[in-house]
Amino acid sequence: MASIDITDIRKNYGAIPVLHGVDLTIRDGEFVVLVGPSGCGKSTLLRMIAGLEDITAGEIQIGGIRVNDLQPKDRDIAMVFQSYALYPHMTVAGNMSYSLRLRRAAKQVIAGKVASAAAILGLDTLLERRPRALSGGQRQRVAMGRAIVRAPKAFLFDEPLSNLDARLRETMRGEIKRLHQSLGATSIYVTHDQIEAMTLADRIVAMNAGLVQQVGSPLDLYDRPANLFVAGFIGSPAMNMLGGTYRAADAAFVAHDNSVVPLGRAYGCADGAAVTLGIRPEHVVVGGAGGHVTAPVDLVEPTGFGTILHLRALGTDLKAFTLERKTAQVGETTSVALPPDRLHLFDAAGSRLS
Amino acid sequence: MTRRFILGTVAHRLAILVYIIFALFPLYWLLKVSVTPNDLLYSEGVRMWPSRAGLEHYIFVLEHSDFPKFFKNSVIVSASTAFIVTILASLAGYALSRFTFRGKYWIVVLMLLTQMFPLVMLVAPIFKMLSPLGLTNSLGGLILVYVAFNVPFATFLMQSFFDGIPKDLEEAAMIDGATRFRAFRQIILPLTLPGIAATLGFVFTAAWSELLFALMLISGADASTFPVGLLSFVSKFSVDFGQMMAAGVMALIPACLFFLLIQRYLVQGLTAGAVKG
Amino acid sequence: MGVRNTVSMTAFVSSDRQRSTPVLRRLAVASEPYLYSAPAVILIVAVMLAPLALGFSYAFRDVKLLNPLSGGFIGLDHFRALIDDKTFARALKNTFFWAGASVALQFTFGLILALLLNRPFWGRGIVQALVFLPWAVPSFLSGLNWAWMFNPVIGPIPHWLFALGLTDAPDNILSDPHNAMWGPIIANVWWGIPFFAITLLAALQAIPRDLYEAASIDGANAFQRFKSITLPFLAPTIAITILLRTVWIANFADLIVVMTNGGPADRTQIVASYIFTQAFRRLDFGYASAIAVVLLVLLMAYALLIVLLRQSLLKKA
Ligand SMILES: Nc1ncnc2c1ncn2[C@@H]1O[C@H](COP(=O)(O)OP(=O)(O)O)[C@@H](O)[C@H]1O
Ligand SMILES: [Mg+2]
Repeated sequence: MASIDITDIRKNYGAIPVLHGVDLTIRDGEFVVLVGPSGCGKSTLLRMIAGLEDITAGEIQIGGIRVNDLQPKDRDIAMVFQSYALYPHMTVAGNMSYSLRLRRAAKQVIAGKVASAAAILGLDTLLERRPRALSGGQRQRVAMGRAIVRAPKAFLFDEPLSNLDARLRETMRGEIKRLHQSLGATSIYVTHDQIEAMTLADRIVAMNAGLVQQVGSPLDLYDRPANLFVAGFIGSPAMNMLGGTYRAADAAFVAHDNSVVPLGRAYGCADGAAVTLGIRPEHVVVGGAGGHVTAPVDLVEPTGFGTILHLRALGTDLKAFTLERKTAQVGETTSVALPPDRLHLFDAAGSRLS
Repeated sequence: MTRRFILGTVAHRLAILVYIIFALFPLYWLLKVSVTPNDLLYSEGVRMWPSRAGLEHYIFVLEHSDFPKFFKNSVIVSASTAFIVTILASLAGYALSRFTFRGKYWIVVLMLLTQMFPLVMLVAPIFKMLSPLGLTNSLGGLILVYVAFNVPFATFLMQSFFDGIPKDLEEAAMIDGATRFRAFRQIILPLTLPGIAATLGFVFTAAWSELLFALMLISGADASTFPVGLLSFVSKFSVDFGQMMAAGVMALIPACLFFLLIQRYLVQGLTAGAVKG
Repeated sequence: MGVRNTVSMTAFVSSDRQRSTPVLRRLAVASEPYLYSAPAVILIVAVMLAPLALGFSYAFRDVKLLNPLSGGFIGLDHFRALIDDKTFARALKNTFFWAGASVALQFTFGLILALLLNRPFWGRGIVQALVFLPWAVPSFLSGLNWAWMFNPVIGPIPHWLFALGLTDAPDNILSDPHNAMWGPIIANVWWGIPFFAITLLAALQAIPRDLYEAASIDGANAFQRFKSITLPFLAPTIAITILLRTVWIANFADLIVVMTNGGPADRTQIVASYIFTQAFRRLDFGYASAIAVVLLVLLMAYALLIVLLRQSLLKKA
């Protein structure tokens, strides 16, 4: 178990920069999730920590030791790949014990560790099978087993659940979380799925285009997104984003169709400045008294769990999510309220205004 | 509609039959003459099968000629070449498949180049280079030359097999604690076994068939390979057709065995060495 | 305070010690691909590139194996001799005929075979193995085998031709100055059909099936489907295979050396076999190398022509 310190890490592929300087500290025993859209450089960063990619500039320390020049085998980390990367010519037991055999551990020690890892993951009866004869979920477990037999300094996961179907993904997500609670191992988990990030992480690192956008607890990112990217990326259905200007006189937001949304307090922003107003669909209040505007209902999407309403309001397609089933019909007009304490305001550059 | 369909099917099968006959008839003829006793060879004219067949030519070739020696030489040369080439090509093919490095482009260009120029150009200079080293008239010299000739094609072939194995596997092994070379040996090579067998087969067949350099570099019977021996046999005893063809059938056997081995990989092999035979 | 000092001391010491090893480690890692490819590259350079360079120098020198005094620089003498060399001129002509006829026939029959095999039928696997078998026959044996087939003493072909009235007597076609070239060409076609068939079959099988289904639904007949789907899909494979194969066959001397040795009266001599004859029989390495240089220049011109052709075609498209 160890902490990981990443200082101003950069990566170029040839002349193309992929990571533009990432700073990150992962505490001992912490579960950190790197999340961001495909191609933003998450895997690259993870693979640099693992030693699978050269470091163009910057420094990585694991447990206080600089590892820039260490081979993957000397970094004492374990990794679970998206493809699982199980050795096809070895049995499940062979796959799980390979690292121990490389370290010339005693036979009984190996057998004991494999057996206990298999017990944790429910692989006891599959130990003599080849990966080819396993289902997707079982392969995923073997890949995890291969990591946990070793008790490494840190676990790295690169989208380990992406190849599973939705239901299995949910189950495995729970198992990974439970596993982390019992082992308490430092873990870095890469995913493009914000739900996975929210549910698993102690801390989330949101990345975009080779830059860290925000680091914080899941609820931090949800409640106080640092910029438009994080605001749009975290949460589903996605946050409503409305273009308009800030009116300082009465601390209000003026939408493009000139409708006015009171902000409830003053923001640090010039009068008349272009801003973006964000509000999550689940925070939009539909019906009831005290609405700011009335809006026609465009589209109704029942999800079973609740209902997503698309409203034509504030010059845009405003989504509202409610847990109720009986809601407005298409074509009806309803009142809409945007509670001031649920509003997010971003400046023209996309940064959160306070 | 159905009549046209039946006619089409019949024409299809007939055409295939014609191809099979064309492909096999010369080999059949080789076999036929090799089992025809000498007294019938000229007296019976063109017959599909002799009235009396026997293995006397084979027995003579095996017991009273140099062919067993030629056969042994050819096996030594072809097997050593195949073995060495496969090792070198595995290493180089792995480098081309897995690394990006300065000079890689030029290595590929060099290897492609060797596939483009006529090897017959090298007959004279190679003879001149090898003779002061004592490598003419020796199996070792022949092996050296054949290895070099076959490495580029085999490298491309092995590269195509490595490309089919996910990179994740050796990365996982390296994280598990293996050096890259150990990951290569313990994880990647075992998975490439079919490809290695195919490469062995292709190179063995190529070395087994090579004629011009063997003719140039080998002069005595002691180091003759099968083609050289057979050709000198042709010019010396041009009347003993039965024996020559018996020897020919023997030369065919290893080639056919390896053909069976590599049949599944023909397409891959032909594309890897697009210009090779 | 003191503790802290010690800690930073050890950190300093350990980082200092690590500084020297990473350089070596980095070197070891960076050199890895070179270590893997070095044996192959060294061998190729030593046994192919070096002789190639040596061959170039021979082209301008008088190198005769049996003459220990030879080796001197003679400038362009060999090339001057080449201009007046009737056999070389004939060999050049023969090379075009040999390569052109061989490739045309191999390709035509290979394409037909590939189309025949592209259709599922019972026993296709075995048929495939049988019709591809000639490819496995060593080239020298193919040559000998066909030479025997053409030999009236033991082979059937002269007798068949005679019986069909195509020839006046059951003679060996290989000793007929006018038709001798057809001997090696037929052997070459027999031996080379599988190459084209295998390559084209692979390309055929890569054509998506549903294209044909869609075309059938649109009412295209078999020939229209061949013309509008099969041919366009095969065209790139056909082009590249033919171009590369032509070069390969132009240089492929085995069959000719085995079957006719260039005879009768150099009627079947191609440039490659002429080089071999000069080197192997006359032991005139200088002259052989000069021919080789000319051959190389011609091949490069051919390659350049193809590149230019390709570019002008691409520009049009
Ligand atoms: N080997 C490579 N060569 C060049 N570019 C690469 C390479 N690997 C990744 N990239 C680029 O780097 C960027 C980040 O990739 P990656 O880290 O895999 O993204 P992700 O966040 O989806 O895991 C992508 O734009 C990708 O195209
Ligand atoms: Mg990724």
